Amino acid sequence: MDAIFLQILNGLDKGGAYALIALGLTLVFGTLGVVNFAHGALFMLGAFCSVSFYKLLTLSKQVKDESITFFDAFKEQPYLEIWFGDYGTAIIDYAVPLSILFAIPVMLLIGLIMERGLIRHFYKRTHAEQILVTFGLAIVLQELIKSFFGANPIPMPPPEIVSGSAPIGALFGLGESVVYPWWRLIYLAFSGIVIAAVFAFLNMTTYGMVVRAGMMDRETVGLLGIDVERRFTVVFGLAAVVTGLAGVMYAPILPPDYHMGMDFLVLSFVVVVVGGMGSLGGAVAAGFLLGILQSFASMNEIKSIFPGIDQIIIYLVAVIILLVRPRGLLGREGVMED
Amino acid sequence: MKAPTIKNDILVMLIFSAVILSMPIWLEPLGASYPDLLQKFAIFGIFAVGYNILFGLTGYLSFGHAAFLGVGSYTAVWSFKLLTMNIFPAIIFSVLLSGLFALLIGFITLRRSGIYFSILTLAFAQMFYNLAYSVLTPITNGETGLQLARTDPRVIDRLFSEAGEGLPSTDFFGLAMSGYSGFYVCAIILIVAFFISQRIFHSPFGIKLRAIKSNQTRMKYTGYSTRPYLLTAFVISGMYAGLAGGLMAATDPLAGAERMQWTASGEVVLMTILGGVGTLIGPMLGVGIIKYFENIFSALNEQGLHQAYSFMPDWLSNILVPMTSPFVGEGWHLTLGALFVFIVVFLPGGIMEGIDMIKKLFSKKSSEPDFEPIEKKTTPESGK
Amino acid sequence: MSDKKNSAGWSRRDIMKAAGAFSAAGTMPMFFSRGAWAAESFRNDPGNSATVKLGFNVPQTGAYADEGADELRAFKLAVKHLNGEGDGGLMNTMKPLSLKGNGILGKKVTYVTGDTQTKSDAARASAKRMIEKDGVLMFSGGSSSGVAIAVQSLAQEMGVIFMAGLTHSNDTTGKDKRRYGFRHFFNAKMSGAALGPVLKKEMGTERAAYHLTADYTWGWTQEESIKETTEGLGWKTVKTVRTPVGAGDFSQYITPILNSGADTLILNHYGKDMINSLTQAIQFGLKDKNVNGKTFEIIVPLYSRLMAQGAGKNLRGILGTTNWNWALKDAGSQAFVKSFGSEYGFPPSQAAHTCYVQTLLYANACEMAGTFYPPEVIKQLEGFKFDGMGNGKTEYRAEDHQCFKDVLVVRGNENPTSQFDLLEIVQEVPRAQVEYDAKIFGGELGPYKV
Repeated sequence: MDAIFLQILNGLDKGGAYALIALGLTLVFGTLGVVNFAHGALFMLGAFCSVSFYKLLTLSKQVKDESITFFDAFKEQPYLEIWFGDYGTAIIDYAVPLSILFAIPVMLLIGLIMERGLIRHFYKRTHAEQILVTFGLAIVLQELIKSFFGANPIPMPPPEIVSGSAPIGALFGLGESVVYPWWRLIYLAFSGIVIAAVFAFLNMTTYGMVVRAGMMDRETVGLLGIDVERRFTVVFGLAAVVTGLAGVMYAPILPPDYHMGMDFLVLSFVVVVVGGMGSLGGAVAAGFLLGILQSFASMNEIKSIFPGIDQIIIYLVAVIILLVRPRGLLGREGVMED
Repeated sequence: MKAPTIKNDILVMLIFSAVILSMPIWLEPLGASYPDLLQKFAIFGIFAVGYNILFGLTGYLSFGHAAFLGVGSYTAVWSFKLLTMNIFPAIIFSVLLSGLFALLIGFITLRRSGIYFSILTLAFAQMFYNLAYSVLTPITNGETGLQLARTDPRVIDRLFSEAGEGLPSTDFFGLAMSGYSGFYVCAIILIVAFFISQRIFHSPFGIKLRAIKSNQTRMKYTGYSTRPYLLTAFVISGMYAGLAGGLMAATDPLAGAERMQWTASGEVVLMTILGGVGTLIGPMLGVGIIKYFENIFSALNEQGLHQAYSFMPDWLSNILVPMTSPFVGEGWHLTLGALFVFIVVFLPGGIMEGIDMIKKLFSKKSSEPDFEPIEKKTTPESGK
Repeated sequence: MSDKKNSAGWSRRDIMKAAGAFSAAGTMPMFFSRGAWAAESFRNDPGNSATVKLGFNVPQTGAYADEGADELRAFKLAVKHLNGEGDGGLMNTMKPLSLKGNGILGKKVTYVTGDTQTKSDAARASAKRMIEKDGVLMFSGGSSSGVAIAVQSLAQEMGVIFMAGLTHSNDTTGKDKRRYGFRHFFNAKMSGAALGPVLKKEMGTERAAYHLTADYTWGWTQEESIKETTEGLGWKTVKTVRTPVGAGDFSQYITPILNSGADTLILNHYGKDMINSLTQAIQFGLKDKNVNGKTFEIIVPLYSRLMAQGAGKNLRGILGTTNWNWALKDAGSQAFVKSFGSEYGFPPSQAAHTCYVQTLLYANACEMAGTFYPPEVIKQLEGFKFDGMGNGKTEYRAEDHQCFKDVLVVRGNENPTSQFDLLEIVQEVPRAQVEYDAKIFGGELGPYKV
């Protein structure tokens, strides 16, 4: 019982993360019709926003370790701690959540520059060309990050108070061993909020309505005298911010390195396509479905019946769903089918 | 139907053969004339030419062709282990088995089109890769890769001779597959493969495939069932991939799972787009560029740069070396990525587009280009 | 169907063309083949050339790029020292030493580099380039066992010596050993043997261990070796679970540990996988748990400083083994840290150390043999006993080309005095304790002459 409960919780947690990570991709896919292979790079840039912010906060006074003579080794004390004492320590402790504030403008700027400078000129080009240009861009971004931060992962601790795990077993009247990391619970809640906000924006504001109309029929909306191009720029910026935030908050779970974007790229595509092209709800549903199934497939009881099932479950589910439902869970006809 | 310009075809074929076979000579000044890289050019050339039959003609973007490459490699190594070190049966088995896999996977994945098709092929390839890396280790030898052992049965070889002291090496009826002779075997196979692909491009079958690309619905309305054509193209390109995989194992008898990873499938997609989708020569150019970067550019270090700039005055090379060194050696990825962006921004049809532009500049009489990417004017033939 | 036409169109003209292509190929001169070499000579014989070339094949892109960069620094340093430049580094402390600081056998050492990308295919392609195009006499480097095994068999086929870099799998000098491949680094079997007594002392003999193992050959050999050791101590093995390589999020494998009754977690992961799984395991509160009246413990059998950097605070207090650490106080280690540190401004990693030592060992063997002829050089390396290279008295065992030396058991430093002070040495386990019979892993080295 406890084991099942934990696995469900784990599935939800994974699902929330998958949905959030893929949200930006489905926005760009569905609205702009662009196959964005640089999506993973945006996720990675988000994570590195938190890394840069952390490095900024922990700019340190270096005290040389005199016992070492062949090279300079330092014991570091951040200036913030020196200047503000315990307050400084507290600010550094909350670096990851605080870096959200830093990441939003940065990611927005990156998104706008990308759209205006490059992506915009590819709306009417073939998917193959979109793939090549965004893949090239992803490599360039990746290598730039590597040249600044190196290839090794960089640890990003969550705030001390939520670095351990929550005794949720007691809450639900289950065994004491049922615990779950605070940060993962926070991530789940965070992804819920962000997804809800994006939904609200698209469904409840006039601005969003026009964007959705543009998704359905760009030409007619254009004929109505609405500047669709500009709204698309905004949508791309929004997608970049959402993806970036997913990356910021993921940094404590997965120490960021320059290559992490590529690792999540395939997963994002699978989530979006299984959900159905052009459907935000579909992507969210697919995220949760894949998360829960992956979690259960990794249970030892299941692995002993189907060896290796945990390695392929995501792809297997993708194949089955796409064969049963031609356009994924909630996809619309005619989007990216040619 | 536009008559394929036979004369032109022969000319292209002859030039192509001459260029490929003389690669060891004209690649020498570029520092790329050594057996392994020459073999890789030829082998990946086969892979890309075959991939182009599917992607270039039908527009179906498969992200799983590396799986067939992997199947081909594993089959070939098993043939070396069990039967004989002669590559002939190995290659035959590779092509057949990967064709079989392509038939199965194509049958399933071609029920969908567009991005859904791409993700289905990707999913199959990733399943192959993940399983080969872990639970299928008894067949694939996992991460280490399938290797030869001295104690392998090799039943056909054993009929003729005893096992030697060291590991045997692959051959083509006595012709060693390593070194330059290996390159010539691969090059001749490439030329044949190219020839077949040229025939397919200019055959009625190829034209139907292009019609599917330009408008599938119209094809269906005119009474064609498109799937058999698509499946044939898929299987043919899968067999090309298997052939390339088999040759990879033949020139270097080791088969690893990472050959099937999605990045490997992505590489052939990039090669094709970079050179020019749907053109005959384009994919070869893409192969050349990517493999050149991977093998030669990645190996340049400051020492090498100083040599490369040695013809310049010292002060100039002292400035240039630090300026260029971030882009070579470990920075080769960066340069490659920038090149992708550059080419696709300025040359929408890939490198072939650039070549066509240059051609047009020189000849005022703008004759129809030989390798037109999409046959927009073609109408599907009606009736059967 | 109109396709029928097609097959007719194939016939005469096309076959003639194909035949033309074949004959063109047939007339192609074969004098390009210069790969073959006669019995006395050997591949890439430097002959009268004033220089010799070595190949350094390291990961420059991908997850281990930082490790590769560090290996490359060490190689460059080794070349400098061999050519008599710089402070000489370990050439001041190595015993016995035949090197004279004038290159190898009087020939100046130059080098070429390549990118393995931590992929077998790419690594072999890069190594082949070095051998076929650049004409290297020896190549070295690498940061994974899969790559090491793949290029080692290439070395045997090509008849060029490979001095392995960082590779920890038992298979490298076990079932996949080769006459032309040599490993200075230690292996999983030795990690297990070294950890045993320390684990007994620190954690007692009644523990229940849960393994998370990277699902590929290196992971398996390490799981097997550690299990053998811990079960020898009387520990129970609750479960061994295989995890996909590069899984990223390991949470679905960590949740079942919580109520499995295990009180020790053994992470048979390396590099990024280990950083991720450890970080996540600690967020699940495993280190604060109490099971069976004992504090829950995590063990990471193979450590490196770069991994310690990536895992940050999470690694504190966790036991593991390592091949070498810059904080060692013996003369050899000090000499190496001194020349590396003053050259680059930070201490070398264990990968850098093993690569540097390997280069010197090869050069020294050539001097001893008085020739570059590989079979003679191999015979010098086999059974070679040396000291002063940072690991105490060391021997290259002739039977499997594995170096035997002391192994370090380390712990993540609870209270680091600087940004490099990440590992605290718990014990230097003497060589005698980690030695094993070469026969247990099988495999065969193959011939001297290829």
